[in-house]
Amino acid sequence: MMDVERLETILTQYEGYPQDLIPILQDIQDQYHYLPKDELKVVAQRLNVPLTKVYSVATFYKMFSLVPKGRHELRVCLGTTCHLKGGQRLLESVSSHLGIEPGYTTADMQFSLETVGCLGSCAQAPVMMVDDKYYARMTIDKVTKVLKLYKE
Amino acid sequence: MEEVGLLINGIYLKVPQGYTLLQAAQQLGVDIPTLCYHPELPSEGNCRLCVVEIGEHPRTRLVNSCTYPVEPGLNVQTHSEKVLQARRITLELLLARAPKAKLIQELAAEMGIHESRFKSEDPYELCILCGLCVRTCREIVGVSAISMANRTPGKLVTTPFLEPSDACIGCGSCAFVCPTEVIPYIEKDGKRIIWGREFELVRCNICGNYIAPMAQLEHWAKLTGEPVEHYFVCRDCR
Ligand code: SF4
Ligand code: FES
Ligand code: FES
Repeated sequence: MMDVERLETILTQYEGYPQDLIPILQDIQDQYHYLPKDELKVVAQRLNVPLTKVYSVATFYKMFSLVPKGRHELRVCLGTTCHLKGGQRLLESVSSHLGIEPGYTTADMQFSLETVGCLGSCAQAPVMMVDDKYYARMTIDKVTKVLKLYKE
Repeated sequence: MEEVGLLINGIYLKVPQGYTLLQAAQQLGVDIPTLCYHPELPSEGNCRLCVVEIGEHPRTRLVNSCTYPVEPGLNVQTHSEKVLQARRITLELLLARAPKAKLIQELAAEMGIHESRFKSEDPYELCILCGLCVRTCREIVGVSAISMANRTPGKLVTTPFLEPSDACIGCGSCAFVCPTEVIPYIEKDGKRIIWGREFELVRCNICGNYIAPMAQLEHWAKLTGEPVEHYFVCRDCR
């Protein structure tokens, strides 16, 4: 069932113009950790934009997901520099710690794992991010420590 | 109307301001191949087949003629070596994208290309992502039931959430405009099936022949202001 109030809290912060679409989707993504279908249908109606528009935007940007994401989002950089500095090994280590491949979410919905191309901190490669926080000069040993900070 | 003078393949001509290079070339009778262009639809420049070379040697560049507007004194080459080379690569990419599309095979063969150097993701793909169906549904039909979804390489044309669409009126315009006939459109036993949705066809009150889905008749009624019953009689019997 859709939580009408939860969505309303987001929608009432906007005037309801078509150009509010992306910011609204960002808010929904932040709070729900994904973009639920029923919510998207309401957004389309409210902003008076075709559902096709909402769907193509929602599926175009990497920051949006139509399937539920974990409470914490992990991004391991595989940009050129990080790649050369062992980004792939870092990814494998994180992946085996969590027991998921990139693009997936753990069964307890705590972590999602993604790879990204260059996080813009090449000087500190290899880099990974958890939610909004950067972890620079990562090593395999550090992986356990970092993940511990986020485990329940 | 303001006119703009420019050179196409060395020939000077004047065309109305706001014309695209493609329109100007057509006025001159020069044939530029296109895939995603349609005179009744806004151009999007999706296929890049219509590229032409503009500017003065050696500082020339390639632009899509279907979207680039005419400029005074512009020097345009529609079939230079650089242009032909770019078109060949575009066709090879299209061939890799949609290996089974007859139209692409033919266009490629005309330029002497019989296979692509690029790897094909799906050997059965037919869609070239020209977007003609999406624009037709939105601009001409006026309902916007389909759109592009995802980024490349997973980009595709679909109804939202890959579900039968409430907005679709089952008119079939998207299937007719598609240059590679990829959109499944089935009409039989008084039903029309498109984009996974089944539409019952309304029969003509007089001759009993099938006309169109109710949703389409309602859409016509809305557009013209006539009562929907007006459309329960087919064109031949009216
Ligand atoms: S059949 Fe549906 S999707 Fe296709 S053009 Fe008509 S309304 Fe749009
Ligand atoms: S390559 Fe990883 S931050 Fe630039
Ligand atoms: S016809 Fe111009 S880009 Fe397709």
